[in-house]
Amino acid sequence: MTEATPERVDELARHLRRQVLKTISGSSSGHPGGSLSATEILIALYFRIMSHDPENPKWQDRDRFILSKGHCTPILYSVLSECGYFPSEELSTFRTINSRLQGHAHTMVPGVDASTGSLGQGLSIGLGMALAGRLENKDYKTYVLLGDGECDEGQIWEAAMAASHYKVGNLIAIIDRNRIQNDRFTSEAMEIEPLADKWLAFGWKVVQADGHDVADLCGAIGSSVPNRDMPLVVIANTTKGKGVSFMENNPDFHGRAPNRQELADALAELTA
Amino acid sequence: MLQSNRETYGKTLLSLGEEQPDIVVLGGDLNKSTVVNLFAQRFPDRFFDFGPAEQNIVSAAVGFASCGKIPFVSTFAAFGTGRAYDQLRVGVAQGGLNVKLVLTHAGITVGEDGMSAQAIEDIALISAMPGFTVVVPADSFETEWAVRAAALMDGPVYIRLSRGATPVVHSGTETAFQIGKAEVIRDGNDATIIACGVMVSIAQQAANMLSAQGVDTRIVNMHTLAPIDSDAIISAARETGVIITAEEHFVRGGLNSIVSQELSARYPTPVEMVALDSYGESGKPDQLIEKYGLGAGKVVEAVQRGIGRKVG
Repeated sequence: MTEATPERVDELARHLRRQVLKTISGSSSGHPGGSLSATEILIALYFRIMSHDPENPKWQDRDRFILSKGHCTPILYSVLSECGYFPSEELSTFRTINSRLQGHAHTMVPGVDASTGSLGQGLSIGLGMALAGRLENKDYKTYVLLGDGECDEGQIWEAAMAASHYKVGNLIAIIDRNRIQNDRFTSEAMEIEPLADKWLAFGWKVVQADGHDVADLCGAIGSSVPNRDMPLVVIANTTKGKGVSFMENNPDFHGRAPNRQELADALAELTA
Repeated sequence: MLQSNRETYGKTLLSLGEEQPDIVVLGGDLNKSTVVNLFAQRFPDRFFDFGPAEQNIVSAAVGFASCGKIPFVSTFAAFGTGRAYDQLRVGVAQGGLNVKLVLTHAGITVGEDGMSAQAIEDIALISAMPGFTVVVPADSFETEWAVRAAALMDGPVYIRLSRGATPVVHSGTETAFQIGKAEVIRDGNDATIIACGVMVSIAQQAANMLSAQGVDTRIVNMHTLAPIDSDAIISAARETGVIITAEEHFVRGGLNSIVSQELSARYPTPVEMVALDSYGESGKPDQLIEKYGLGAGKVVEAVQRGIGRKVG
């Protein structure tokens, strides 16, 4: 992917979105909306930005990634299998008995750096990883993907305060700002705007990005480099359910698997 | 002789800091009280105060542990268990991570701060999580042994310490301390008191009082509650015919529950209990011990009741 053209990125994104939907359909269970909104974010990280080695998932100098919105495993597992951490055939075992591919992220899966699933914990875990790396004079960075609804959790702000206090410049948070949480739109459930101002007030550098433009995301995420003593948050503006017309911006598909017809329709859209 | 277990913890941690460079310490604005300030002064780069933000502290410990560090988390038992329970559950226990939770000010002997600061549910909370080791040292010597053992083993450990100085029940020359292996601290044949923490020394007072009445009481120091030394419980039940549990914890989910569960499954035996049946209040530790039914006199009564129920 190092020399990837925009066309190839688009094809990869469509392929991963198909994988997401097929993965969820295997057990008729899972979270499509936030997986589809985060697709380009994970492409930017795993195929462009992060140093990581699928042959050596525990490589000590690797960049870390934490899926703090731990329910969006369909896209994480699809990306990890695409990278070669495990065979893509295994995706069909997602959420089924005796599978490694747990419903929410767990470190038993090769390439998963932190167990999550209860919202709000990932940024603190990333803070610990980033501080540990600094202590060892390592250059790795820790990337944490947060949901926008997840920012309702108070612990996010405990971590935000501590990260700027400790000047943790090797910690990067990315918020999947898809504007929908479990029950309804974030503006209805719990208004989090002005979001950028909140992070600024907590001492973070804040950058906005088009969360479906890999080049824009790479620029935004890479902008932490000159700010080694300040954590960075990228607010990635996305569309929930991106890529499937009837899932886009539809709260119904936060945590519901598509039925057989919906799957066929969605795959058709993503193949065209 | 009285010695402070938390001071011993602070000194032991300082010494371990020299020996094990991977140890980091995470505190929550109570670092003088938990005595991790000694470590902080000596190893400022390896010490992180996150303020009273227990959820962040525990999850950050998860991050440190997953990078090969050995994080010691220290605050008050009331906050470090209940306030961060979900973080302990999903991050530490379900991840099987090498996090050491050493919490002070457990139980009602916290005293004047009152019930909000007096953790009496902490053993139940932590022992309800698969894979967590739970240790309640009886005195200063055992505190050092437990902290050292915790630092050397892989996996999550909770060590419960009290606020006040407690009677020393060991000579310091014992070499047998092992996590998960109970200690017979006094031999006897008429009844067995299984105790942990500060209740071990109170059990000793009770045993002396009973001895004057001709009752020969065994005391088992059950310093490790998870994993429980089931064989030690069964041996005591077989050999003395009755068990009395003694703990500075709520009656449900602590030592009594754990011991009774082993006995009911393997060797049904009469069990009496000395434990808390309510939250505490502000007061002096010794007043609270008496008022809430944990004094030596109550232990004596429990032993007498138990002997009255012995079969055959």
